[in-house]
Formats: sequence, structure tokens, C-alpha cells
Amino acid sequence: MSKCILCRCEDVTLAEFRKAYADGFQELESLKRFTGVGTGFCQGKGCLVESALELASLRGVAPGDIPLTNIRPPVLPLTFGELASLDIPPLIGELELPDHDTEVSP
Amino acid sequence: MIALPDGPVPCRADAVVVGGGINGLAIAYELSKRGMKDIVVLEKNYLGSGSTGRCGGGIRQQWTTEENIRLAQESVTAYENLATELGLQTFFRQGGYLMVTDDERHLEAMRDAVALQNRCQVPSEFLQPEECLRIVPQLDITKIKGASYCAKDGTAYPFSVVWGYARACQRAGVKVFIRTEVTGVRTEGDRITGVETTRGDIASPLLINCAGPWARSLAAQVGVKLPNRQERHEIMVSESCKPFLDPMVISISNGIYFSQSMRGEIVGGIGDPDEPQWTLTDDFDTRSQLRFAVRFSRALCGYYPPARTMRLMRQWAGLYDVTPDHRPILGGVAGLEGYHHICGFSGHGFMLAPMAAARMANSITTGVPDPIIESLSLSRFENGNVVADAFVVG
Repeated sequence: MSKCILCRCEDVTLAEFRKAYADGFQELESLKRFTGVGTGFCQGKGCLVESALELASLRGVAPGDIPLTNIRPPVLPLTFGELASLDIPPLIGELELPDHDTEVSP
Repeated sequence: MIALPDGPVPCRADAVVVGGGINGLAIAYELSKRGMKDIVVLEKNYLGSGSTGRCGGGIRQQWTTEENIRLAQESVTAYENLATELGLQTFFRQGGYLMVTDDERHLEAMRDAVALQNRCQVPSEFLQPEECLRIVPQLDITKIKGASYCAKDGTAYPFSVVWGYARACQRAGVKVFIRTEVTGVRTEGDRITGVETTRGDIASPLLINCAGPWARSLAAQVGVKLPNRQERHEIMVSESCKPFLDPMVISISNGIYFSQSMRGEIVGGIGDPDEPQWTLTDDFDTRSQLRFAVRFSRALCGYYPPARTMRLMRQWAGLYDVTPDHRPILGGVAGLEGYHHICGFSGHGFMLAPMAAARMANSITTGVPDPIIESLSLSRFENGNVVADAFVVG
């Protein structure tokens, strides 16, 4: 089990994730920032749902009871050169974005 | 350490601290160090979720007012020892702060600031543009007219510092409740008697408002009017690279700041003069905008051309709790016994918190007035003692 990798980008093992939980990091927001899970190049696409499932099992709750962390742009990492070549858009007051704080069933 | 609460809050306490960011946890820790028992910290979300965990983690002593210089200077000393004191790695690294400007008109103020900092024993120096290359060899100095540099400034990882304070608090018996919101404040005559929360009521003679951007609305519940406004400021992190950048680089011309974390990421942001200011919590909007990513990337590539091929990984936003003079508001208010606030850091709470907390804890437990707290009291806005700090960036 100690070699089971949960987050491939940041090399976080399942054992490290469980140890962090045992140390009191009982929410995905804190687990993300303590272990680094979901902060690598794939931005959690390969581990966020798996982490939520593991956390649900550790807490003994349904997967839908574990709120996911906020999804941060960009979807794919972009170079500063690419971004700098764009025109500066105006501030947007009311973005119609999905509310990521709602319950998500993985 | 910061486990989810599994029961109600205690029915009484010697002090209730509202806000589980660096200021709330630091004041609770400092009060416990001075012998106060039964301290409760209330955080409505998770620790560091407000402004602390969203900040750039910079700690600098290069300010233009003596109060800010003193607080920052003492805080740097605190940060140098914090990992040992709190028992957790804080990732504090003294890579220095290089403050550049493209504007000739800033140079005199910059030299004056360095002189004031030197009088306070801050080892800052004024640099000609080409001298900046000694600090950051790949910096594009074409537009830079001058800079100031202090090798003892640095950065730390905000979440580690928050967790370190939380852990030290809990070792000292402080009760830290996350996911617990204050729904009301109780007063009797001219004094605080307690708070009402989503996990029950707490009788307490002391209420310390460390709610950051939410401090204004909490203060309003006890009739204290804070002049604070709240602004969205965006920030981003890049992919990790080998260490190549020693200092935090900040520009007082366009408001960009960027540094390299100990994970190797570039962490940086840029202020936007077009951002609205809010006073109502319902208006707060911390969603990310493409506009920020484009403005930041342009400014970053302008000062640091090799960044063109590095990738922006993710961006987010937080709120600055801004006062009319960009300096914090500390202390109590006349006519309301037991109420204190530590707020209004205007984007610089992380760097000033350790000493603001230590001085506030001294003043609360001993009753002895502190000259820095006095000069940063809310009443300064009525007395006209308002000197703005000129070097506000980000």
C-alpha cells in the first residue's frame, strides 16, 4: 500500500494521504495544500476524484458528501508568452460560471 | 490538528477570536503564551481560507511609514524563529525583496524610504538599474530607473504558518473551531458579554475581531464603524522549475510582484486599478478572470523575458481589507469594553501579523498602552493622524 500513488504529478502516495488525514487534515481543501495532491501539472484531473473517494471512505460518508476543491483556470497550463500575446479583456462583473461549491458525485 | 468539530462550542471563554487566518491564530497563540486560559478561535470556513491562504507570502521591511517598518522588522525576526517555535516547517526563505520603478518621479521617495528604513536598522539599499543585475541577472532593466533592495526580506508558505500557529494553539489548550460561524454578538451596556454561533453560544468578556474582509460587518454588529473597503486581488502560480530567482521582485510602477517558492513555482500577482471596491459581504466576488492572466503575463515577460516559455498553472483571487491610509487598524474602541480588532492590513497581513499579535497580546493582558497600537487605532481617522504608506503594491 505504501507504494500506491494517488497523485502522479506530485508523487503523493495513498499512505501519505491517509497519514495527513490522521494528523487532522480532514477536508479536501486542506489535504490538497498539505500533501500537494491535485496541484501538479494535470491540475487534479487524474487524482481529485480519487482523493475525494478515498476521503469519503476515511470519513465513512457517501462520496457525494465530500465537496471537491475549487476548479482553477486555466484548464491546461499556458505559457506566459502565449498569455502576454492576447489583448487585455475588460473586467467581467457577472461571470456565468458553474458553482463548484455545490455537491458533486464523483 | 484542524479536525472537523464534532460537538458544540464551550459555553464560556476568557476570549473569543473571530477568524482562523494568521491574525486570529497568532493572537490566540500570543494570548495563551501570556497565561490566558480558555481561548476559542472561530473560523466559518477552513483555516486560512479567507485572505491568508490566498496571499503571495511575501514579508518585507521596505515601507515608508515607521509603524509599518517596525512591525515588519519585528515580524521578520519572528519569522526567522517561527518554524522552531511553532514546530512546523514554514518554508521561510530570505531571498530579499527587489523593489523597482520605471518612473523617475519615484526615485526621491525611494531614497527617502531607504534612509528611514536605515534609521530603523533595516539593511536596505538604493540600487542603480544595472546594480539590479547583481540580484537578478536576467532582469530586463531597459525601463527601470532605480530600485531598493533588502536582503533580509523574504517569503514563507502561508498555509504552513497558519497550521503551525493552529498546532501551537492547540498544544496550549486553545480551542480552534472550523466550519463555525458567528451569528450574533452579545453586549450589556458598554461591554462585550459573548457571541452566538452556529454551534451554540459562548459567554466571553473579550471579543477579538480578526475577520479580515469580514471584519467590517462583524464590527457593525456592535455598532463600530470601520472605514475598510474590500478589493479583489488576483494571483497565480506557475509550474515548478529549478531555483533561479532569489528575491521577490516588485514594481511600484505597474504593481506586479513575483517570487519563486521553495517548491520552485513562480508565485505572483498584479494590482488592477479598475477593480471595484466593496463594503457589503454579499458583493464579494473572488472568481478568476482572464484579464488578470493577460495583464500579469505581459508585466512578467516585460521585467523577466525568460518567463515567456514557463507555464501558468493556476490562478485564484482573494480580498484585501483596505483602510484609507493602507495601514492596519489595531486596538479597541472607546466606550465598548472587551472589543478589539486586528484588521485592515490592506494586503499585508501575512507579513505584519506575528508582531501585531504579540503587541496586541501584551496590551490586552497587561493593560499597558503600546505606542504603535495607539498610532494605528481606529480613532486616528477622527483625529486626522493619517499618513498613508506610499509603497502599496499588488
